[in-house]
Amino acid sequence: MSGVRVLVGTRKGAFILTSDGKREKWDISGPLFAGWEMYHLKGSPADPNRIYASQSSGWFGQIIQRSDDGGKTWHQPGTPPGEPTRTPEGMPKGESNKFVYDTSAETGKPLTTHQWYDGTPHPWEFKRVWHLEPSLDDPDTVYAGVEDAALFRTTDGGKSWHELPGLRGHGTGAKWAPGAGGMCLHTILLDPKNRQRLYTAISSAGAFRSDDGGKTWKPINRGLHSQYIPDPTAEIGHCVHRIAFHKSRPEVLFMQKHWDVMRSDDAGDSWHEISGNLPTDFGFVIDVNANEPETIYVVPIKSDSEHFPLDGKLRVYRSRSGGNEWEPLTSGLPQRDCYVNVLRDAMAVDSLDKCGVYFGTTGGQVYGSADGGDHWQAIVHDLPAVVSVEAQTLP
Amino acid sequence: MIRVTLPAHLRKLAQVDGEVQVEVSGAVTQGSVLDALEAKYPMLRGTIRDHVTHKRRAFVRFFACRQDLSHEPPDAPLPEAVASGTEPYMIIGAIAGG
Repeated sequence: MSGVRVLVGTRKGAFILTSDGKREKWDISGPLFAGWEMYHLKGSPADPNRIYASQSSGWFGQIIQRSDDGGKTWHQPGTPPGEPTRTPEGMPKGESNKFVYDTSAETGKPLTTHQWYDGTPHPWEFKRVWHLEPSLDDPDTVYAGVEDAALFRTTDGGKSWHELPGLRGHGTGAKWAPGAGGMCLHTILLDPKNRQRLYTAISSAGAFRSDDGGKTWKPINRGLHSQYIPDPTAEIGHCVHRIAFHKSRPEVLFMQKHWDVMRSDDAGDSWHEISGNLPTDFGFVIDVNANEPETIYVVPIKSDSEHFPLDGKLRVYRSRSGGNEWEPLTSGLPQRDCYVNVLRDAMAVDSLDKCGVYFGTTGGQVYGSADGGDHWQAIVHDLPAVVSVEAQTLP
Repeated sequence: MIRVTLPAHLRKLAQVDGEVQVEVSGAVTQGSVLDALEAKYPMLRGTIRDHVTHKRRAFVRFFACRQDLSHEPPDAPLPEAVASGTEPYMIIGAIAGG
């Protein structure tokens, strides 16, 4: 019988929630990497037992962890203890937590600064990995979105990481500025129909697309409107919080921006607003039902200064028409005195029929719905603040 | 033999329970001790000092013999008591926040 594994990253460790296909009873394991910030965990579509995790700390920096057995055991995929860290020729061997910005001539003119909050130049400094996106075909290839914003890739199972410098170096990088959470590359989408096409999103630079496997990039922000930048329709500077697509139709993109829920029907070349009757169009997450490409989910948050649901009522909003017409989903969710947030990487769907939808809160709850959002249950109540949620559908 | 103490998070990463010991050939300095530590426990590379610049991470401190050595140059000799193994070289996560 099929099952589901939900990977939960929190401020103080990671947890794995597992259930059979009914998704009624759940086993909770963890904390893994207790005490560390776990920004993201994600399994390989090519090998579900291969899971990568981003582990970080303000004290000790970035660690990459990898499991080859579905999360039972983990290791850092760099050079094992006892082995020399350099080859006989003197070259460094795998260092799985080494993320060094590319300064080669390949970038054209290596970038050294981006804009700080006040518009002054600020040095590019690596802080952490926000998002890991394993390749659709190869368990050893993974993309990493990092802060300060850049895209890295490993092709050796996480042993070593190299920047794809064309994103920072395409021309606008020196003008990028951080959002309130830092200047992070938080969204990476790999097009299942066109393997040369990738999307990324950066707070607060905007959305970008590559059509040549990540070598060159262009901003795709036409139609976005942001009052908090000097030119509200500028080519870059938009605080995109999340982008999602349905794998059968990857040219149709849905975006939760800082304010506004947006849609593109042409792979990001142009966007139009689909906030419609949402009570507030601020929020962080957005996702698409795995079985219905026009069914999308958001969790409206009151505002950019009050990061909690309106009126203390935690409501997921669902549109079955690809936007504009939204219905609140409340069954099983707290409808009074609820003041949690749902962060940008903290919603996921499984691919069972009916589609399971999952999200985590800064209050430590992980909610799940086994019927596309009609009814919800708290799978777990009292974890540390949830940063990310991913769902794996198991055979 | 140089004795080194690690903060709890790094002990867990290195999969050790208590103090660790490293061999240093030549001058016993902060740099040579950290080189030896990272060679023996490669999973600690980047967690104490930067991969490239070898600068101490901002929230990491180095103590020994009741002295704060955090701002000493990496090639300055460590106290004899550390070099002889009488006292440990202590790597500390700086106290910050509540």
